[in-house]
Amino acid sequence: MNSNIQSIFDKENETIQMNFVPKMDIEQTNLNQIIPENLQRKDLPIPNVTEIEIVRHFINLSNKNYGVDTGIYPLGSCTMKYNPKINETIAKLSDFINIHPLQEENQGCLELLYHTSELLGEITGMDGFTLQPAAGAHGELVGLLIIKKFFENKRIKKQKIIIPDSAHGTNPASAKMAGFSIIELTSNEFGEVPLDQLEFALKEGDVAGIMLTNPNTLGIFDRQIKEITRLVHQYGGLCYYDGANLNPMLGICRPRDMGFDIVHLNLHKTFSTPHGGGGPGSGPIGVIEELIPYLPKPCLFSSEKGIMCNNNNDLSIGRIKAFWGNFGVIIRAYAYILALGAEGLKKVGEIAVLNANYLRVLLKEKYNLPFNRICQHEFILSDQGIPNEITTEDIAKRILDYGIYAPTIYFPLIVPGAMMIEPTETESKHSLDNFIEVMNKIYEEARTQPELLKEAPHNMPIKRLDAVTAARKPILHD
Amino acid sequence: MEYKFPNDLKYTLTHEWIRIEDSFAIVGITDFAQHQLGDIVFVELPEVGMAFERGSNAAELESVKAVGDLIMPLSGEIIDVNKNLTDKPELVNLSPFIDGWVLKIEYSHANEIDELLSAEKYKQFVQNEEK
Repeated sequence: MNSNIQSIFDKENETIQMNFVPKMDIEQTNLNQIIPENLQRKDLPIPNVTEIEIVRHFINLSNKNYGVDTGIYPLGSCTMKYNPKINETIAKLSDFINIHPLQEENQGCLELLYHTSELLGEITGMDGFTLQPAAGAHGELVGLLIIKKFFENKRIKKQKIIIPDSAHGTNPASAKMAGFSIIELTSNEFGEVPLDQLEFALKEGDVAGIMLTNPNTLGIFDRQIKEITRLVHQYGGLCYYDGANLNPMLGICRPRDMGFDIVHLNLHKTFSTPHGGGGPGSGPIGVIEELIPYLPKPCLFSSEKGIMCNNNNDLSIGRIKAFWGNFGVIIRAYAYILALGAEGLKKVGEIAVLNANYLRVLLKEKYNLPFNRICQHEFILSDQGIPNEITTEDIAKRILDYGIYAPTIYFPLIVPGAMMIEPTETESKHSLDNFIEVMNKIYEEARTQPELLKEAPHNMPIKRLDAVTAARKPILHD
Repeated sequence: MEYKFPNDLKYTLTHEWIRIEDSFAIVGITDFAQHQLGDIVFVELPEVGMAFERGSNAAELESVKAVGDLIMPLSGEIIDVNKNLTDKPELVNLSPFIDGWVLKIEYSHANEIDELLSAEKYKQFVQNEEK
């Protein structure tokens, strides 16, 4: 691998003047008539390089890239499953890409959106959906704003949201952003919500609801879930389901049946659309019938004339994204759901759980497994007991040397030195065995050649970064 | 791992240390806490003059791998903060009990002092946590 990382501007060729700007084929206008002179740029730094230099530059960069198309990507709670190429083919149909949401003839696209909402409703048990949120955390904020508006409309003052310490970090952040204060619950020895603490918090009053991920970030399904949601309802609160970990539940159990009132889904995780590197994502929100009036507008509904928009909803929290959300992502998720069907989706859930447990059982022979019970889609190892004080960071860096992406590390915070591993259903047994072999080799290296791990990675274009100095004394510009 | 537990200080279960000086108290995080957090890279301090109840979050200490809260061990008003930590957060790691102090507070309920832990009690608590 070529480790020389240069920007395209460093490759500038000073001796040859490249001339690749095509001739103007429209009438020229005097620039000063359109843009005042003081706002005009005098230089335009387009790199002066030949075509082959451009091609090599980008091919070499792409060779440094790592994605699920390259190899296993066991990043916990991120559900880095394979994204079938048929999704791309369908999302790139000219009827989808050459349309604008403001044009009148868009019945096909509205139907796709409406039908996707219906399918998500069937999968989760929810009565109504909005597809507008652009990501999971955006969906969380929308869900919380709905909770807020619901109580405001009923003139009930409720300021607190309960969140267990096994939640995704976005949950308390979203709750705070929506103006709530947060009560944190400490997970019990089974990694589940402690009912006595929950009831204590509810009795104190002022609780608008609970945010839960089930299975949680330990990969553990909370067996008391129906009792939890019953208690919250008994004290007049609403139950919010963080759908980031929905993958293992597909076709097996539905958030509605667990007692939830609001759910967000991550189409980019569970429904196989490309993610990582900043998006775009899609975080639809589903609600029970009583909350439908609060969904963002416009809402879609079915009538004799076809799928129509409803913009006249006084209780709605308002618009939260331009037009209809990240439409291209929704098309891909729709294609995925239709391609797999009900039976296929159920298989997804089953194999995701099987794969995670296969890794869990074989890896716990050497690595510490703090919560030793059957997991769902993911599980947590820790660096406790690894020889020669080798840490999770050392292991993660060494994994890269073997051409594999590292798991999520140091999260959840409730397990010191956590390694959060989620293989997803799309990895074969061969791929899982290879991962186990690498992890076992690394454990042996920790025992016999600890320096190798402490200085890893060795085969990457960039070696171990000094994260401490980078954070304490960041260089933010040249 | 061997940690320091100076005898002349009081402690909390949330890993703060407290030095009582007349009507003031100096507060920081313990040697054990800074070890657990690892290299501190950023400290967010409250404004002088703010008042907090015992048990509320008064400052945040961010390391490369986690964020820790400094929880008010006593109710009271912030009368000084360690401004050196803004440029040199590593003082918390290098000298948790002296140069790495975080807050100076004027406490409002002297009886709360009796509920703080002695060095001996806190040390036992940490040793149990380690197991």
